[in-house]
Amino acid sequence: MYYPSGLRKSIAIARKDLRVYYGKGPVVIFGILLPFFFFFSFLIGRDMPPLSLISGLGGMAIWFTATSISPVIAPMETRTRTLERLVSMPISVTEMLMGDILASMTMGAVLSAIPISIIAVILNLNPVNFFPLALGIVVASFCFSTIGVLMSALPTDTPSDVIMLALLIKFPVVFVSGVFIPAGNLPGWGKLISRFSPLTYFVKLVRVSFGGTGQPWMNLGILTLFAVFFLLFAVFVHKRTLPKRL
Amino acid sequence: MSAIVSKKLVKEFDGLRAVNEVSFRVDEGEIFGFLGPNGAGKTTTTRMITGVIKPNSGTATIEGIDVVQNPTAAKEKIGIAPEEANAYLDLTARGNMNLAGEIYGVPSGQLRSKVNDLLDTFGLLDRADTKVKGFSKGMKQRLILAMALINDPGILFLDEPTAGLDVESQRLIKDRIKELNEEGKTIFLTTHDIAEADRLCDRVAVINRGRIAAIDSPERLKTTIQSTQSVLVSFSSMNFDPEDLRVLEGVEELEKEGDKWRLYGPEPGAIIEEVVSFVREEGLKILSLNTSGPSLEETFTHLTKNQS
Repeated sequence: MYYPSGLRKSIAIARKDLRVYYGKGPVVIFGILLPFFFFFSFLIGRDMPPLSLISGLGGMAIWFTATSISPVIAPMETRTRTLERLVSMPISVTEMLMGDILASMTMGAVLSAIPISIIAVILNLNPVNFFPLALGIVVASFCFSTIGVLMSALPTDTPSDVIMLALLIKFPVVFVSGVFIPAGNLPGWGKLISRFSPLTYFVKLVRVSFGGTGQPWMNLGILTLFAVFFLLFAVFVHKRTLPKRL
Repeated sequence: MSAIVSKKLVKEFDGLRAVNEVSFRVDEGEIFGFLGPNGAGKTTTTRMITGVIKPNSGTATIEGIDVVQNPTAAKEKIGIAPEEANAYLDLTARGNMNLAGEIYGVPSGQLRSKVNDLLDTFGLLDRADTKVKGFSKGMKQRLILAMALINDPGILFLDEPTAGLDVESQRLIKDRIKELNEEGKTIFLTTHDIAEADRLCDRVAVINRGRIAAIDSPERLKTTIQSTQSVLVSFSSMNFDPEDLRVLEGVEELEKEGDKWRLYGPEPGAIIEEVVSFVREEGLKILSLNTSGPSLEETFTHLTKNQS
């Protein structure tokens, strides 16, 4: 298959990421196990409405899986000195980051689509807006992957440094994004902060897609804007911090 | 056109000047050695020329392409085997080669045969589908070199390609470097191994404290330190005062080496004449007599010591 040169390079990076990092500890622990247990520890003993359940679980799954792989790639590559090898090849920072994002996006989209589908079947929920939901999973995975890549701009060769930073960001975002409590039920300051969280719009999109009230395309549009913003910001920051890794 | 041109390259880290106005040219088809003690600025200079880091000032071009202005196009012209770089341990040798090939834009239809050819050349074809984490250091270094050749570059940057390798890997890599040069490739060889540079390089540059101390062919560089030219002589008897040798005309320094004497001076021929006269006067015989110039190692030490 023919790809434009830049895309072919990014796909090569993504394929490498999936092969090299997919089975690494941080990915499995922070991307799959942690959100799973975190969510069910909150769920047990509560009588949550199905819409809150599926949107919360979907939001949690995509947020944690899409931000699990992308933050650790850069510090791991710095430590193993594979970054120097990559940087010496004819590939731009943007193409390299796009590869990391593509890998993370693939993980996020696949690993969040599965639990959303399972819960939908168990709760007998049918998506009334299937296309925006499917597109939303892809766009949200992309957006959250760019946030993960942005976190990895910290110029360190120690993955745990980035994981600590990521945890400081990831957990508060979950609490203000309507994952456990619908954003509309948050206090005033919580509602204000939730508007600046892209996860809020994905959670809303899932609710709307399964019959909740709201505008699916508007939420998708806002998610797309967040994705573009974080991509540009991540590229900008990485260009500045990359020399410090070498 | 020169293959590589470095013009007044400067790099500072936290206000400290690691590379100070480094300029040189490397001609097409040349093996150019880049020597210097640890921390002299070799790797930083190489990283600037290969577009890995940006200089604070100065320019570098690869086949006329400005590395700072157009790093991707410049990198497409070269192959690099950096010392401080690794292949992906969790990928197979073939996986690493494919990754490099895709990034260098090798057409998909040619990639497999190219990968097989290169792995075969470097003795890795039978381990092509083995993960690199099981490779020895020599095998990893051979893989890095094979990856550097995936785009069939005209210019090859090799950073300490044989450092710490077993004899077999060293020989294979050195032979391959010679063959690649014979095929017309320009080789930029950064090395600590002065004997290696002496054997392989057409010219060498010596860098010390971020500045170029000298650039010339190894043989011409050796002649720059005349004082280390010497005459090594052994006599039939040691029944004479060695200080008589020290005062012979043209002798600047005298050293005892086992049962022989080494007489240093800028003109070995004149020293030999003096020694012959001395032997006649003392009634001695010469058992052996050799002249020797400085080694590249002595030249290197001389050049870097003078700048310290």
